[in-house]
Amino acid sequence: MAKNKVPAIEGWFDMNFNEPHLIGSRCTSCGSYFFPKESYFCRNPSCTSSDFEERPLSNRGVLWSFTDNRYQPPAPYVSPDPFTPYIVAAVELEDEKMVVLGQVDPDVELSQLSAGTTMELYLDTLFEDDDNEYIVWKWRPVSQPAAKGPKP
Amino acid sequence: MTKEVAVLGVGMHPWGKWGKNFVEYGVKAAREALGDAGIEWKDVQFVSGGDTVRNGYPGYVAGATFCQAMGWSGARVASSYGACASGSQAINNARAQILAGMCDVALVVGADAAPKGFFAPTGGDRPDDPDWLRFRLIGATNPIYFGLYARRRMEIYGATEHDFAKVKVKNAKHGLTNPNARYRKEVAKEDILASAVVSDPLHLLEICATSDGGAALVLTSMDFARKHTTAPVKIAGVSTVTPSYPNTVIEMPNFATDSAAAVSPPATPFRDSIAKRAYEDAGLGPEDMSMAEVYDLSTALELDWYENIGLCKPGEAEQLLNDGDTALGGRIPVNPSGGLACFGEAVPAQAIAQVCELTWQLRGQAGGRQVENAKAGVTANQGLFGHGSSVVVTR
Repeated sequence: MAKNKVPAIEGWFDMNFNEPHLIGSRCTSCGSYFFPKESYFCRNPSCTSSDFEERPLSNRGVLWSFTDNRYQPPAPYVSPDPFTPYIVAAVELEDEKMVVLGQVDPDVELSQLSAGTTMELYLDTLFEDDDNEYIVWKWRPVSQPAAKGPKP
Repeated sequence: MTKEVAVLGVGMHPWGKWGKNFVEYGVKAAREALGDAGIEWKDVQFVSGGDTVRNGYPGYVAGATFCQAMGWSGARVASSYGACASGSQAINNARAQILAGMCDVALVVGADAAPKGFFAPTGGDRPDDPDWLRFRLIGATNPIYFGLYARRRMEIYGATEHDFAKVKVKNAKHGLTNPNARYRKEVAKEDILASAVVSDPLHLLEICATSDGGAALVLTSMDFARKHTTAPVKIAGVSTVTPSYPNTVIEMPNFATDSAAAVSPPATPFRDSIAKRAYEDAGLGPEDMSMAEVYDLSTALELDWYENIGLCKPGEAEQLLNDGDTALGGRIPVNPSGGLACFGEAVPAQAIAQVCELTWQLRGQAGGRQVENAKAGVTANQGLFGHGSSVVVTR
């Protein structure tokens, strides 16, 4: 039986596998974006607003930098056994003018990346248990031929 | 100048993996600093502790812990937490008490007994804590952030892994004769590049270890110091700045930077503002410095600091390193102590240890690692959650 696909964290992204977006918030007064969502007070020190609208963030951006992790990190990261290294990208969203981290498609290699590469968001499995697949956002270069959606 | 306080005594417990409680390291350092100052414990009026923690939130309340271990004396107390910047907050709290005339003699102590391997967030299921979430959702260890900064230097300035490795070669040489350093061994560039990659492009020998250690300072008013010594080393400036909005560089433990969509980034980015504010405090500039102790959590990060503390323009750090300017005997030696490369990080002690090193240098007591004719020095470090830390020390 197929496992349920559930977000690894509630409310940070939509579960639209074809065209996913991170969900941020935008101050209705000054227009500043926040990710994760801000819902109490605007963090622009010149703005006193506490009124926000939820906004899907750009699901494409430009690669600011990237690296990888070759050693199993401590909990609460849930590692597959055996551990598999992963790449992490910092991607600059053009409209929001902010840099957002995320793991990179495990089929992508470091040598395929360079600062300035256009990256797109997609949803993939972070870890699973007996009942559920826990889904998270990841980045991949737009030139990746892979079909959108999680890996089989 | 009215903003100066004296560093009358310094002390350290050597860095290493000693398997003891952090209190022991702190007390050893404190006793050494008191002995160096020629001050009795009972004469200390204010104790300022750097809290001993793992990532995230304060664990051990340091100030009172050290007071109890030294023997309750009724001294007033404060404990500071600013992650890697905890030590400079403790220094600044003591300095503020002295400058406000509330005390003449303060003891600053920080000590740590670090766990093995990666720093990990506090345990339990805590999805409201960004420090917990970055491990959970991305596996963003500290070296991930160091790797991002290192790769960025390669991408925009053309830095190479050879440049990064040379930082380690330099610091390993500096620390060779430092009795408080944990690693006292020369390392060849080839060995660094042959060590395992932890987070590309950084190798195991380029990322600082976690260590046990303790450091302490006796800070006093200038009037008090002059009764005990003819030429005390002085703290002329301290910076404990936070970023200005929007901070557009990704920082631990965050998932995203601030947005610059509504407000342009500040003219002075956060990391450039850290030492700048300490220089302003001291009425000095980078050109007045004889040396610097900066936080080389990674080899590449030391190069970032050259630019952030004003030793050169952005993109010129590799040149400065390769010209030998930042080696002992060069124009402005950086990390004459050997830096984190030779010490490993003992979080709440590290910013205090940086000031210990500058004090020994300014007194001409640094032995084989002495910076010739040292007149002034600057420290720089940065703590998780937006804690800037910089101290200007002068003769």
